Amino acid sequence: MSTTSPVETAGAGAATYVDQRLGSNKFLARNLGKVFPDHWSFMLGEIALYSFLVVLLTGTYLTLFFKPSMVEVIYDGSYVPLKGVSMSEAYSSTLDISFDVRGGLLIRQMHHWAALIFVASMSVHMFRVFFTGAFRKPREFNWIIGVVLVTLGLGAGFSGYSLPDDLLSGTGLQIARGIVQSIPVIGTWGAFLLFGGEFPGTDFISRLYAIHILLIPGLILAMVTVHLIMVFTQKHTQFPGPGRTNDNVVGYPLMPVYMAKAGGFFFIVFGIIALVGGLVSINPIWVFGPYTPDQVSAATQPDWYIGWLDGALRTMPNLESHIAGFTLSWNVLVPAVIIPGIIFTALGAYPFIEAWVTGDKSEHHLLDRPRNAPTRTGLGVMAITFYLLLFIGGGNDLIASAFNMSFNSIIWFLRISYFVLPPLMFVLTRRICLGLQRRDREKLLHGYEAGRILRLPHGEFIEAHEPLSVKELAVITSKTDIAPIPTPQKTDIDGVKNKKYAIQSRRSKLSHFFYGENVPLPSAAEIEAGQAHVAADAALEAPLHAYEDADQISTFHGGVLHHPGMAATNAEQQNEH
Amino acid sequence: MTDITPHGSQPAKLGHSPVADVPHVLRATDTNPKAAKRAERQVASMFLLSIILVIAFIVCYVTIDKDTVVYIPVFGEVALLTIMLGLTSGLSILLIGAGAIQWAKKLMPDVEVVQMRHEMASPADATAEAAANYERGKEESGFARYPIIRRTLIGAMALFPIPALFLLRDLWSGGLSGKASPDEILSHTLWRKGERIVVDETYQPIKPEDLPVGGLVSAVPANLMEEQELSGNLDARGKAAIILVRMDPTEIVAQQGDGWDYQGIVAYSKICTHVGCPIALYEQRTHHLLCPCHQSTFDLANAGAVVFGPAARNMPQLPIGVDNEGYLVALDDFAQPVGPSFWERG
Ligand code: HEM
Ligand code: FES
Repeated sequence: MSTTSPVETAGAGAATYVDQRLGSNKFLARNLGKVFPDHWSFMLGEIALYSFLVVLLTGTYLTLFFKPSMVEVIYDGSYVPLKGVSMSEAYSSTLDISFDVRGGLLIRQMHHWAALIFVASMSVHMFRVFFTGAFRKPREFNWIIGVVLVTLGLGAGFSGYSLPDDLLSGTGLQIARGIVQSIPVIGTWGAFLLFGGEFPGTDFISRLYAIHILLIPGLILAMVTVHLIMVFTQKHTQFPGPGRTNDNVVGYPLMPVYMAKAGGFFFIVFGIIALVGGLVSINPIWVFGPYTPDQVSAATQPDWYIGWLDGALRTMPNLESHIAGFTLSWNVLVPAVIIPGIIFTALGAYPFIEAWVTGDKSEHHLLDRPRNAPTRTGLGVMAITFYLLLFIGGGNDLIASAFNMSFNSIIWFLRISYFVLPPLMFVLTRRICLGLQRRDREKLLHGYEAGRILRLPHGEFIEAHEPLSVKELAVITSKTDIAPIPTPQKTDIDGVKNKKYAIQSRRSKLSHFFYGENVPLPSAAEIEAGQAHVAADAALEAPLHAYEDADQISTFHGGVLHHPGMAATNAEQQNEH
Repeated sequence: MTDITPHGSQPAKLGHSPVADVPHVLRATDTNPKAAKRAERQVASMFLLSIILVIAFIVCYVTIDKDTVVYIPVFGEVALLTIMLGLTSGLSILLIGAGAIQWAKKLMPDVEVVQMRHEMASPADATAEAAANYERGKEESGFARYPIIRRTLIGAMALFPIPALFLLRDLWSGGLSGKASPDEILSHTLWRKGERIVVDETYQPIKPEDLPVGGLVSAVPANLMEEQELSGNLDARGKAAIILVRMDPTEIVAQQGDGWDYQGIVAYSKICTHVGCPIALYEQRTHHLLCPCHQSTFDLANAGAVVFGPAARNMPQLPIGVDNEGYLVALDDFAQPVGPSFWERG
C-alpha cells in the first residue's frame, strides 16, 4: 500500500542531512506526534498570529514605495483633485501607493485590515484566556507576554496610522503630543525631544517610521516567538470533556491533522484579508487631504482600538491645578496616562492577585467554565462594561447626531455609568454564574429535565427526567471545589500573638469573597444515587411509552400525556365534575 | 515519546476521568469508498481552482488599466484593478486553505488521541544538581568572598546605560544655554504689535468692513508665509492660526483685556486648549466655538470661557486694532501660551 515517491526519498535524505548536523530527529521524534486539543476558541490566537504575518508581508511591500519624509513637495501624481497641492513626501508617496502602483492600494488596504484584525483577535483571545482561567499556574508568564503584546499592538497600530501624514492622522499626532505635554515635570521636554522641537516639526514621521517598521514589529516578533514556545512546552490547555483530565491532552497529532488544519487556516485568514483588502475601502487618505496644523476634518475618529482612550479624554471633567507656579492638567493626565496605566498594570497583575487570594498553588491544564469562577467572570464582565462605556464615549458625537441628544446628557450619563454600571454588571454576572452552578448541581442529582410532565394511568404526575449525556456529565463534574482560606487565629494555642493577623484575615476575607458562595458539586455517592433515580424514572416512563405506542396517546396541551379516554387537562377535569 | 497512545483507530482513552468514553462515530468517507473518492476530487478541485485564479490574477494585472473606476452598489466608486486583484489573489489563497482543511476533515483520521502531561517543575535531582552547580560557580568566582568587586560591579552595571540617555539629548537641538527653552518657545507666536491679520490661504489683508456681523474668517499673521519658507516647517502656523468673528459690540459680555476687540471684531486662537486640535465649528447665534475632537466649547462673547467639555482653560484672545491704512492688525502677541497646557506654564 505504501509507495515511496521521489519527493519522500528526498525528504528523508534532507532530514538525515540536517539531523547529522543538528540532531533534529530527536526533536521530530518527540514532536511530530504532539497532541493539540481542538476548540473553536483556540483559533482566536491563531488568527492573531496569521494576521500578524500578513501585516509583516504587506508592510514590507509598502516600505518599498513609502517615503518617510516630511519634506514639502508639490503633488504631481494621477489623483487629479490634489494635483499641484503642497504636501509632505510621506503623504504624496502614500497617494502614489494608492493610485500609481498597480496593486498598491490592495496591499495598503490589506495592511490596514490585517492590523485591525490583529488587534481585535488578540483582544478577544485575551478574553478567552481570562474567562477560562487559562492564565493560572503554570501559564502566568504567557499572560504577561500577552498583555505586553496587546500594548505593543496598540502602539504598532497608532504609529502606522500616523505615518501617511494625512489630515486625520496628523490630528491624532497633535493629540498625542498634547498628552505627552501633560505629563508633570518631564512632559514639555519629552514632547520637544520626541518631535525634534515644536509640533509638527520635520523629524517626527521618520522617527515614527523606525518605531513602526523595526522597533515594534521586532519586539512583537520576539514576544510572539517566546509565547508560542511556551505554549508548545507547556502543552495547550483543554476544555473539560469525556476522557479529558488535568493530567492529559486529548486532541489531534501535529502531523498530519493539526498541521493541515492550522496551515490551512493560515491561508484562510490570509485569503479573507486579501478579499476584504480588495473589496472594502479603508483609510482613504486622499479624501482627508494633507496635514496642516490649523485644519481639521469635521468628525475626527481614530481607529477602533484607540476609541476607548478618546472616550476617556472626552468624558473627563475639565480639572487643572496650579501649584507653586506649575500646571497639572488632570483633564488630560487622568484619562490618557493614569487610567490606561492602571488598566494595563491591573491586567498584568491579575493572575498573581487571584493566586494570592485563592491560595491555589496547583497546576491547571483543564479550563474553567466561566460559571465555575463567578467572581473572576464578574470582574471580567465588569472590565468589559467599563471598556465599552469608554468606547461609547469615543463616539459621543456620532451618538449625539444619530439620536439627536445633547452632548451634555450623553457625557453625564457616561460619567455616572462609569461608577454604576460596572459594579452592577459584576453583581449580576456573579449571580447568573451561581444560578448556573445550582442548575448544574440539580442536573447531577436529578438528571436533565425533559420538559415533559407525565401523568401515569393511575393519575399521578411525574416530571420526566433524562440521564445526562456522557459529555455533559464530564463537563459538569470537571468543576473543582476549592475551600476558601480559613479565618486566621488572633493568637495561637500558646496564646502567642499572630503578627500577620491583619493581612491573613484580609486575605481570608477576599478568598471567601472569591469562593464563598460557590455551589459545591454533590458527592460521588449522591451523583450515583441521582443517576439511579433518573434511571428509575425512565423505567417508570417506559411502560407509558409502550402504552402510547399501543393506544396512540397524543401529546397535547403543553406536553401532557393523555390516555384517550381521560380528561385532557385539569381544567377539563374540573368541567367534568 | 513513549506516552503517545498509538493512534491507529482507538478513540480517546479514559484517563483519570470518572466518566466513560464516547464511542467514535465513523464518517461516510471512512466507510464508503465512493464518498472518499468524492472528497478527494473536492480537495483537488480546490487546489486546481487556486492555480487558475493565479493565472487570472496575472491576466487582470496586465490587462486592466489602473485608472479604471467602476461603480459597485454598496462599495461605491472603486478602482477596478484593486477589486480584481483582491478577488483573484484572495480567492486563490483562500482555496488553498479550504482544500487543506477539507482534506484534514474528510480524509485524515478524525480520532482524538491522548498524551500525558508532566508537571512543569524539574525533578528534585535536577534541581539539586543545578543548585550545586550554582554554588560551585559562586565559590569559584569568589563572588561572595570579594565584596569590593561585587559592589563596584553592581555600581558599574547601574551606570552603564547612562551614556545612552545622554545620547538622546540631541533629539532636539534647542534649549541649550542662550537658546530658548521649550516653555519660552511655546509661549510666543509670530504675532506682534502692528502685524497684519491676513486671510488664511489667500494672504489677503482684512479691513473691518469686509467682515459683517456674524461673519467668521480663519486668519494668520502676514509674516507667516515668509517664516514658513525660512523654517521649512509648519510650527509657526500651528501656534499663530486665529479665528476672527464679528458680533454686535453690545453682545460682548467680557474679554481677556480691555478694548481687545475692534468694533465688535474679536480674534481668538484656533488651537484648542485641551490637547491642541484646531477648532472649526462656530455657532453664530450663541457665539460658541466647538472643538471637533472632544467637543470642548468656548464662548467667544465671554472672554473665550469654556462652557462645555474637557478643556480647562479659556481660548487665548489676541488684542487687535487697525493700522493707518485701515487694515486689521494685532496689538501684541497672545498674553498667554496657546494650545494645550504644560508643566512650566504656571
Ligand atoms: C514589519 C512590520 C511592518 C512594516 C514593515 C510596516 C510598514 C508600514 C508602512 C511602510 C506604512 C506606510 C503607510 C501606508 O502606505 O499606508 C504602514 C502603515 C501602517 N501600518 Fe504598518 N508595518 C508593519 C507592522 C505593522 C503592525 C504590527 C501594525 C499594527 C498592528 C501596522 C499598522 C499600520 C497601519 C494601521 C498603517 C496605516 C495604513 C494606512 O494608512 O492605510 N503595521 N506600515
Ligand atoms: S482638543 Fe479640543 S476638545 Fe480635545
